[in-house]
Amino acid sequence: MATTRKASTQRKSSAAQKLALLIATRKGLWIMRGDSARRTWKLEGPKFLGQIISHAVLDPRDKRTLLVSASTGHLGPTLFRSTNAGRTFKECTQPPAFAKVPEGEKGRAVGHTFWLTPAHANESNVWYAGTSPQGLFRTDDGGDTWKPFSSINDDPQYREWMGTVQDGTPDGPKMHSIIVDPRDPKHLYFGMSGGGVHETLDGGASWKVLIGGMEVVEGFGFDPKLPTFHDPHCLRMCPSNPDRIYQQNHCGIYRIDRPSDTWVRIGRAMPKKVGDIGFPLVVHPRNDKTAWVFPMDGTQVWPRVSPDGKPAVYVTRNAGKTWQKQNSGMPKSQGWWTVKRQAMTGDVCDPVGLYFGTTSGAVWMSRDEGRQWSRIAEHLPEIYALEAAVL
Amino acid sequence: MKVLIPDALLSYTQNRRADAGGATLSELLDDLERQYAGIRFRMIDEQGQVRRHIRIFVNGKQVNNLAQPLGVTDDVVIVQALSGG
Repeated sequence: MATTRKASTQRKSSAAQKLALLIATRKGLWIMRGDSARRTWKLEGPKFLGQIISHAVLDPRDKRTLLVSASTGHLGPTLFRSTNAGRTFKECTQPPAFAKVPEGEKGRAVGHTFWLTPAHANESNVWYAGTSPQGLFRTDDGGDTWKPFSSINDDPQYREWMGTVQDGTPDGPKMHSIIVDPRDPKHLYFGMSGGGVHETLDGGASWKVLIGGMEVVEGFGFDPKLPTFHDPHCLRMCPSNPDRIYQQNHCGIYRIDRPSDTWVRIGRAMPKKVGDIGFPLVVHPRNDKTAWVFPMDGTQVWPRVSPDGKPAVYVTRNAGKTWQKQNSGMPKSQGWWTVKRQAMTGDVCDPVGLYFGTTSGAVWMSRDEGRQWSRIAEHLPEIYALEAAVL
Repeated sequence: MKVLIPDALLSYTQNRRADAGGATLSELLDDLERQYAGIRFRMIDEQGQVRRHIRIFVNGKQVNNLAQPLGVTDDVVIVQALSGG
């Protein structure tokens, strides 16, 4: 691994940015375009009405290529591709698909592409995708054709760790949080729900497990050394310090500072009544000590709602030593929605804008790093993913 | 031969009936793919299996085997169960 050094990040004022929010929902894609002050937003859509959109991502390298992962309950999955920032789309020629197994063997079929990550800035047209059932894929042509990573998808050890479609989250286990080190295009991370956190230094030819310090569900005798028992929900690398990664896990909030191989549970400092279970996590674009989470009720049967019906974001400004509640503008009671893994994000403006989409179809935003929140869209379908794209 | 297309795939064919040919069901699906790019993968997965909510009938009889021989006068109907909510 490269030695620790801060990646340079250009500080831009909010006035210089024009943003679009890509709202992936259970019933289609909506796009909200904002003015340069982030005060007025125009909702466009739906696109792909009726299709389950798991993720929609605009390529920050060209600001034109937009990939959209789509499926329905009754048709096979596909990807749609725009080369004009979402004005028109064309279906990709070869969506992510597992390798065909020999006759007589039982092979896997991609249910949906869950996660999309543009690759390194120097690798234009390269993207990575994570699927359910869990698989890792790569495109070299901007998303038109995809190839599977045999080193993960067909590896017996990885197949054992990732389990079967019966294991994992309610609508299938997910490969997610594919992260590219901005200093090295061959240095990647990803998370498997379940199956742990993994890292490659050689572009995916070989992988190593990165689960030291991560806890497992207590009381069942699970061995914490086995990736099978680990369920990372979301990993985010700090743009200002790529050696620092925050993680929201099934068993708490963690931070790791490479080259250490040990995660530190920083969620212990969260209020006991709220706990440190949740799905999304956002990091500050310029300050590696600041991160935000959206806690969820993970007690008993896992209601997957805001704890006690009181939705709130929590922020740390000291790398997890302490956390503060940020719920000004949100309902103070009887707010039973929550925020899914990919449905909370931030922009690169100063101050940072934060955005989340709820399971009840509303989009909330804060222009001041979480101090004040307002609802900028409502009555949409259940929101699966939200990305803030610079146009 | 004429192939009856379900509503959920009309975005590909624009028509309820498509003309396609092939000596087997697999070849017929390949011909549909040539004409309407992307349509095959939405019906047939990467392992060559008919997807869970898709049914294909040839002359009124359900067929799961893509190697099923077809004749030029055969009647092919693709049916798709809806799911979701």
